[in-house]
Amino acid sequence: MAKILVSIVGLAVIGFIVWWFFGKHEVSEVSADVSNNAQSVDVEVNGGYSPETIVLKKGVPATLNFTRKDKSSCLDRVVFSDFGINEALPINQKEAIKIDTSKSGEYQWACGMDMFHGKLIIK
Amino acid sequence: MSITKRFWISLIFSLPMLANMILMPFGWMLPGGNWTQLILTTVIMAVSTVPFWQSAWASFTKHHSNMDTLVAIGTVTAYIYSIYAMATHQAVFFESAAFVTTFVLLGQVFEERMRNNASNAVEKLVDLQAKDAEVMREGKLVKIPLSEIVVGDIIRVKPGQKVAVDGVITEGTSTIDESMVTGESMPVSKKTGDKVIGSTINSNGTFMFRAEKVGNDTMLSQIVELVKKAQNSHAPIQNLTDKVSDIFVPTVLVIAILTFMVWYVFLGASVASSLIFAVAVVVIACPCALGLATPTALMVGTGRSAKMGILIKNGEVLEAVNDVKTVIFDKTGTITVGKPEVTDIVGDEEKVLSFATALEQSSEHPLASAIVKNAESKNIVVPEVSQFKAIEGKGVEALVDGQKVFVGNDKLLSDVQIDNKLREQVITLQEEAKTVVFVGVNNEIIGLIAIQDTPKNTSKEAISDLKARGLKTIMLTGDNKRVADAIAAQVGIDSVIADVLPSDKADHVKALQQDGKVAFVGDGINDAPALTVADVGIAMGSGTDIAIESGGIVLVKNDLRDVDRALALSKKTFNRIKLNLFWAFIYNVLGIPVAAGIFYGIGLSLSPELAGLAMAFSSLSVVTSSVLLNKAKITSRVKFA
Repeated sequence: MAKILVSIVGLAVIGFIVWWFFGKHEVSEVSADVSNNAQSVDVEVNGGYSPETIVLKKGVPATLNFTRKDKSSCLDRVVFSDFGINEALPINQKEAIKIDTSKSGEYQWACGMDMFHGKLIIK
Repeated sequence: MSITKRFWISLIFSLPMLANMILMPFGWMLPGGNWTQLILTTVIMAVSTVPFWQSAWASFTKHHSNMDTLVAIGTVTAYIYSIYAMATHQAVFFESAAFVTTFVLLGQVFEERMRNNASNAVEKLVDLQAKDAEVMREGKLVKIPLSEIVVGDIIRVKPGQKVAVDGVITEGTSTIDESMVTGESMPVSKKTGDKVIGSTINSNGTFMFRAEKVGNDTMLSQIVELVKKAQNSHAPIQNLTDKVSDIFVPTVLVIAILTFMVWYVFLGASVASSLIFAVAVVVIACPCALGLATPTALMVGTGRSAKMGILIKNGEVLEAVNDVKTVIFDKTGTITVGKPEVTDIVGDEEKVLSFATALEQSSEHPLASAIVKNAESKNIVVPEVSQFKAIEGKGVEALVDGQKVFVGNDKLLSDVQIDNKLREQVITLQEEAKTVVFVGVNNEIIGLIAIQDTPKNTSKEAISDLKARGLKTIMLTGDNKRVADAIAAQVGIDSVIADVLPSDKADHVKALQQDGKVAFVGDGINDAPALTVADVGIAMGSGTDIAIESGGIVLVKNDLRDVDRALALSKKTFNRIKLNLFWAFIYNVLGIPVAAGIFYGIGLSLSPELAGLAMAFSSLSVVTSSVLLNKAKITSRVKFA
């Protein structure tokens, strides 16, 4: 009896894991507010990035303010490989990162270990 | 709380349990038994493990998972089961939760240090800059900070001081140690009119120079910027790990559940031992090693090459180098010194030289400047010219004293006459590796100017190094076939493609790409398209900005031997990336089944503690292997066995 129960619960948990991690889920997306020829977005780093997708306006100087709230060393750096940016994110400290918005396109950013990803869209 | 502190706390509270484990066979037991273990482990869980749990939960809510998810689930499972086991008087394994936490944190402490080691190299370059400089202001020399220097300032540099910014010497001579920027170990002597580079060290003389580039425009700043970009670039090989890392952790969780089910339901193991196998699976899996394999090696490899004066622009170039079969060289300025000199003049020397100078003096072609320089040294009177006209790919023509005069290369010969005696002289000169310029009046050649551009004295060695590596070498030049052949023979190049129009260079590179990947080495504006088309474009640092912009690798020192070093370093770095990835994959592929107890039948199994230790050291070993790239020997000459 216990064995049947364990099997059922086990399979249910596997099903949940697959749905939760691999299923389609909405990704938070934020467009920057432009004011006085500048745009900025606050990004909270806690078990990933929120928002995970950021839309910036082309040609307007942009700043992304990263604040890491997560103690994990996985997230202690943020890397924008297309821009040559690799910044340390001290915990609970706002770290401003300037982005060159002169070229439109889609760019990835990632944590120092390339486990967590975010997307930057410049248009 | 820092990782280091968390590590020490968990280590201190784990030690009594370690003693218990080791001394148990000798009859010693931890006073208080399970209760002491519970208290010790609870402290570790509350202080050292909670951050893993927090991070795991935060990413869970975002449908993500990471390393911390695995550590959190592994430790909490062991901890909670042990409490349950204690209540129902069964065997506990609190120490698993405690030891796993300690080992994982130990690994992270080392790893953090190593990662900082890997990334700091370039930031140190910026510290090389001088802090202040003596600058001429209102007729007096005053000491001002680096940031206040502007273009045009006259700056004095005394022996032992650092040159503040890039500029040109206006007064004085000295020798300068430029090794920090160019990697060139020999000091370079400099006189008025020579360029100096910011951050280099003046050794014996005092000189004044005019600032030409300041702030972010200086060579050092540009190099730092370039290297930073390279270090953080993405290598194509990483696309694989990107995909794997997305599904890694959930997959491991599923495997762990299956492990538990198989042991408990099908093999009839007890809850406790089934659970231990499942926890070991969760704890041994290490996605970090996969994620760290490429970026850390890329960072160390590109940083080290920058110190040698070889700037590799990104991971893509690094990867492409690996398959290069052919290296194509531009001739002038790449294989040769790029400062041609007039060696022979055939015909009426004064007349030939004056006509040639009149037509060439406004040209920037290196051959033209050789002619003009020669005329200046002989005080030749230069006549007036009018109706100046270029003959595409052949030369120039103009009116001098009412006569049509022309100067150009041997492609002109199809349109004009030349007598046999001159024709023979042309062949002799060309076979001596001299470029022949024809000077004519009214459709008839009246004289020849032979110009020679000697190969750099390092070119021969550079080519033989590349050949020893098994690469095919080709010279691509706009020069005459005989001249090109003669130079090729001097430096030992395999084959020559001569008489190439500047606009056709890229097409020739494309054609050669049919037989495999090619690298193109060049320096001029006309090389830019070829540098872009080639799989690996290698630009000489002395070259034009546009060439440097187009190249994937820049050789700051301008030494052709660096082509071989660049290839060697790129290969070494890429091989290290492959080794890291292989190790990270194999580790997980072998580790997970062992932890799951597949080899239990032959007596091979892993406790969660050992699994945690293995996990900690797998990512540490990957980072260490990358940092060791700094020490790896670069053999610039591959000998055949």
